[in-house]
Amino acid sequence: METVKEKKKAPKKTTTIKITGAEAIIHCLLAEGVDLLYGYPGGAIMPVYDELYKFQDKLTHILTRHEQGATHAAQGYARVTGKVGVAMATSGPGATNLVTGLADAQIDSTPMVCITGQVPRHLLGSDAFQETDIIGISTPVTKWNYQITTASEIAEIMAKAFYIAKSGRPGPVLVDITKNAQFEEFEFSYEPCKGVRSYNPVPKPDKNAIASAAELINKAKKPLIVWGQGVILGKAEAQLKAFVEKCGIPAAWTILGASALDTDHPLNVGMVGMHGNYGPNVLTNECDLLVAIGMRFDDRVTGSLDTYAKQAKVIHFEIDPAEIDKNVKAAVAVLGDSKETLELLLPLVHKNTHEAWHNKFKEKYQIEFDEVIKNDIHPTKEGLTMGEVIEEINLASKNKAVIVTDVGQHQMIACRYAKFKQSKSSITSGGLGTMGFALPAAIGAKMGAMDREVVAIIGDGGYQMTIQELGVIFQHQVPVKIVVLNNDHLGMVRQWQELFFDKRYASTVMVNPDFVKIAEGYHIEAKRVSERKNLKAGVQEMIASDMPYFLEVKVEKEANVFPMIPSGASVSDIRLK
Amino acid sequence: MEKQWFTISVYSENNVGLLNRISGIFLKRHINIESLNVSKSEIDEVSKFTIVVHTTERWVNNIVGQIEKQIEIIRAFYHTDEETIYQESALFKIASNLLFDERRIQNIIKDNNSQIVTVARDFFVIAKSGRRNEIDEMYEQLKPFGIMQFVRSGRISVSKEVMQISALLNEFQEH
Repeated sequence: METVKEKKKAPKKTTTIKITGAEAIIHCLLAEGVDLLYGYPGGAIMPVYDELYKFQDKLTHILTRHEQGATHAAQGYARVTGKVGVAMATSGPGATNLVTGLADAQIDSTPMVCITGQVPRHLLGSDAFQETDIIGISTPVTKWNYQITTASEIAEIMAKAFYIAKSGRPGPVLVDITKNAQFEEFEFSYEPCKGVRSYNPVPKPDKNAIASAAELINKAKKPLIVWGQGVILGKAEAQLKAFVEKCGIPAAWTILGASALDTDHPLNVGMVGMHGNYGPNVLTNECDLLVAIGMRFDDRVTGSLDTYAKQAKVIHFEIDPAEIDKNVKAAVAVLGDSKETLELLLPLVHKNTHEAWHNKFKEKYQIEFDEVIKNDIHPTKEGLTMGEVIEEINLASKNKAVIVTDVGQHQMIACRYAKFKQSKSSITSGGLGTMGFALPAAIGAKMGAMDREVVAIIGDGGYQMTIQELGVIFQHQVPVKIVVLNNDHLGMVRQWQELFFDKRYASTVMVNPDFVKIAEGYHIEAKRVSERKNLKAGVQEMIASDMPYFLEVKVEKEANVFPMIPSGASVSDIRLK
Repeated sequence: MEKQWFTISVYSENNVGLLNRISGIFLKRHINIESLNVSKSEIDEVSKFTIVVHTTERWVNNIVGQIEKQIEIIRAFYHTDEETIYQESALFKIASNLLFDERRIQNIIKDNNSQIVTVARDFFVIAKSGRRNEIDEMYEQLKPFGIMQFVRSGRISVSKEVMQISALLNEFQEH
């Protein structure tokens, strides 16, 4: 039997070779298990691209049509696999085009490493061609960033970059590498990073806090669980399910928590937040205990903080200490990795059913069904609804698809009505609300899960922000299914104008091109559905295809998404119409 | 919650760009940094930022949490004025002839417990350390005579209680 001591004594497996900085970067990526990255070449990163050419049998580089697309593709890949997504760009505009993706990954805690080229060290600060201070620019939107100016730093910094991106609460890291460092030759050896002394990624769970949490849970009469992406990032889906089932507690999710627990699970009571479900929103203000797991009380979740769950005690399971009491004061804060803390909690909580309390959610669901859901999914009026399209996708894909959404009305509808059977199946831009996210993210998601159906659901506005990534889908025959729900408007902004700006429709009407022809221009099979009678067959044909496929559905132009918590209102003032 | 003065003490690695990362946290929250001092700390190779802000405890708590979250920050703390010993330093540059012509200036120097750090043919320099109001008072006293140049440093401070960082650093040292 191997003992711990023997393990320590085992010689370190490091090989030393003299190579260029550019080649070293490739070796670092390979050592971190990267076999796929997205990017766009240019002057200051050319030495690395030259090495990518030599290593193309080991490392696939996908040329996106814009650097922003590279970041979102890397995010989609990361979200579906749980691994670090990698994007690469040149200096100057290449680097600045990454900023939106970095900000998105930062606010949605997505592990990503971005590598940018930089002008040679001796030109730094000279306003050289394509020089930009990407370290300064990216600082507020990165978990960490670093500028490498000499090749000898590459191994250590790259190892640290991957470690920081994926550990603890994940996030984006940017490594900027001056061109001279890419050319320099040096003795290369690689060791994965095991820790950074000033960085404590996973706080140790406090057993007393867990005991206090269990006590509150065991005493509660009307408890409500709200979970977020922390459950998915912490791989705690099974622990969440066990906890929910043992204690019989109704459980709701934030938009990024979607799919961690089956949509059809009897205790899954739906989504919280601005366009979430009626029951969990209203009953947030009636519960006596709110158990928040891996979520951060975003304003789109809480509405007005002054009236949010004031009657309830709050238990906050969270990996990031800075989130504790940031927005909502916790009676008990349980710091740590969600899997670890839930596992410690499980034996301490009592088996229970909260039948009468759970029935309240069912009553509220019935109200929501009668007022909203029925008309969304089984409309009787002429125009097609977004909801019925999502329902057809559920049916055709047997609830097994990865649903990638953009931002706006279609996103809210898709997240409300898409059904999930497997975790990591909902990929959306939650915190930043980045229009243009879905198409490139779907490319990354599909390449990260080739065995799964990936359906991108996009509005006509967001689609045109990154539409050029159809080029990637065509060139690499990435079999994603693209559904554009076209209402010829920026629908969500239009909805706000209707409700809160006296119907002054400033710049929300879209005069759109022929999307089918555009897809066909990229040799992607494309169909348009304008009438209800063609919808089912249209969706079925798309799902049945094993090629890239584009489906445009012409939906009702002036429909609104309900329920809705008006901005700044209380969760209990959620409107059904 | 009422606004008050807080001194934030940040222990960090000594890395390029960290100041930008820290100041960005204030910028994002539209909170002004009233004074900033960067120096070495009591621990080898660990830097210390001393930042003074006028804000509510809720915000200072939020800011310290965000600062501490940055990878290269070791620990961050905040204290009220009552919890710290603090002072600032100031330099006054004054025309040399006044030192000999105006007895009152010599009295001001003495009364304020300040020192003359240099005397040149055309000017002399007074150094004064103390609370901001003491420096302000001395400024007002010297102003009528003409101040050629004036500068005041950021606040430096030490906490009355133990900064809960030593144990953590011992751990570092063992690694």
